[in-house]
Amino acid sequence: MNRGFPAAGNSSTLSPVQHYSFPALVHRALGRHRSWTPLWRKAAPRPRYRVVIIGGGGHGLATAYYLAKEHGIADVAVLDKGPIGLGNTGRNTTIIRSNYLWDESARLYEHSLKLWEGLSAELNFNLMLSQRGVLNLAHTEADIREGRRRVFANRQNGIDAEWLDPAAVKRFCPVLDTSAAPRYPILGATLQRRGGVARHDAVAWGFARAADARGVDIIENCEVRAIRIVRGRVAGVDTSRGAIDADTVAICAAGHNSVLAAMAGVRLPLSSHPLQALVSEPLKPVLDCVVMSNTVHVYLSQSDKGELVMGAGIDAFNSYAQRGSFPVIEAQMSAALELFPVFSRVRMMRSWAGIVDVSPDASPIIGRLPVEGLYLNGGWGTGGFKATPGAGHVFAHTIAHDAPHPLAAPFGLDRFTTGALVDEHGAAAVAH
Amino acid sequence: MLLIPCPWCGERDEVEFRYGGEAHISRADPEAADAAAWADYLYMCNNPRGVVAERWVHSAGCRRWFNLLRDTVSHRILAVYKIGEKPPRTADFGGDP
Repeated sequence: MNRGFPAAGNSSTLSPVQHYSFPALVHRALGRHRSWTPLWRKAAPRPRYRVVIIGGGGHGLATAYYLAKEHGIADVAVLDKGPIGLGNTGRNTTIIRSNYLWDESARLYEHSLKLWEGLSAELNFNLMLSQRGVLNLAHTEADIREGRRRVFANRQNGIDAEWLDPAAVKRFCPVLDTSAAPRYPILGATLQRRGGVARHDAVAWGFARAADARGVDIIENCEVRAIRIVRGRVAGVDTSRGAIDADTVAICAAGHNSVLAAMAGVRLPLSSHPLQALVSEPLKPVLDCVVMSNTVHVYLSQSDKGELVMGAGIDAFNSYAQRGSFPVIEAQMSAALELFPVFSRVRMMRSWAGIVDVSPDASPIIGRLPVEGLYLNGGWGTGGFKATPGAGHVFAHTIAHDAPHPLAAPFGLDRFTTGALVDEHGAAAVAH
Repeated sequence: MLLIPCPWCGERDEVEFRYGGEAHISRADPEAADAAAWADYLYMCNNPRGVVAERWVHSAGCRRWFNLLRDTVSHRILAVYKIGEKPPRTADFGGDP
């Protein structure tokens, strides 16, 4: 970790002025905090870039950062139709874990979790990663078999995983109702202690700051209206702020991936749905881990501000509206009360939705599209936040080498033709 | 929250219905289709931002299937029509932009 001032990091290109440290804080304080600078420049689009990334969420910004850092490609623009980080990056329930069933997924998400563990130091930006442990509850015999099988599979892949019986669940999370009273009593749980939560906004800001420091242009309020293709090859994009030429265009736009791919005449196996979340009024610390349940279908944690943060499944119908229907909220509230009767009088403050792009096998699509120079990182559905650094890392490699990163290879679009799906529906402790 | 006009039962709350996904997808020809054609039929979606033709079933009501034209941005329902019928032209309904 870089503690010195000026910057002493092995990979940091932040100038001494930009670098955050205790001496820097003292220095700013003595100057009455007048000398702080914005985290990233408000770049205007240049006429040409080597790589244009569409979508300034965590995934797009991470891709730009790793392109510049790992592959020496800093001639990169990240375009977003609004300000960065206000899409799904700022709307998720911030859960991070890697306890996926299948080898392909486990390796990819574990790669991401390992990056998370060093990321605050690497970016010189506090992402407030809190590895407080993620419980996935079992309420039926089938849940127990699925959970234990997943624990064994995780261990085979070098991922920390434990099976807890109801007494151990009660010790780990005392506020859970582990009695026999509920309609779906808790019969056990899987636990990943390295799982947890992080500050989602900080992820966008930290990657934006680090990418910007390496020369990446972050261009906000710049909506892509067309993808230009010349003789079967990507030539650039037309945007609300003019035309931009590019050798490579990388789509990282979550719920709008289908719309962008359609501009290049490519059909994707994705459907866009609202995924709703909500927070309660702030409470005193009561829940110090993440609790997920597939069967009664809710996942929740307590934020540093004290709010209970809850999410559940998608609204069934396709939508681009960033709002969902009330019955979905009602179902997740009743699920939360089933697990935590103690929260019955807690009032909810806000609810919202993000638009998630759901793939047929609940696994992402990372790699080339059938137009030369056009790439996609999408289909993350309801679970993309945890993958932010890992996705950016393998996607940047895939773009730089024009060949999939080994961890991304199983997740190409061609798997829908070959049939080699990575079916994580119901397999991955994912509460879809 | 949708108020869905079932062609047989009239307007009912969304919770009485199940979503059936995109409408008017014709099955790949099992004699002629190659892997790409099967993939297109099985997995690829139009997923438009705007008007979509989709299937619903009134599962807690008359249990019959029907089609809707619905805008995926405004959630406005533009038309309802029966299974087997062709979708009405969206322009006739002043489709949302």
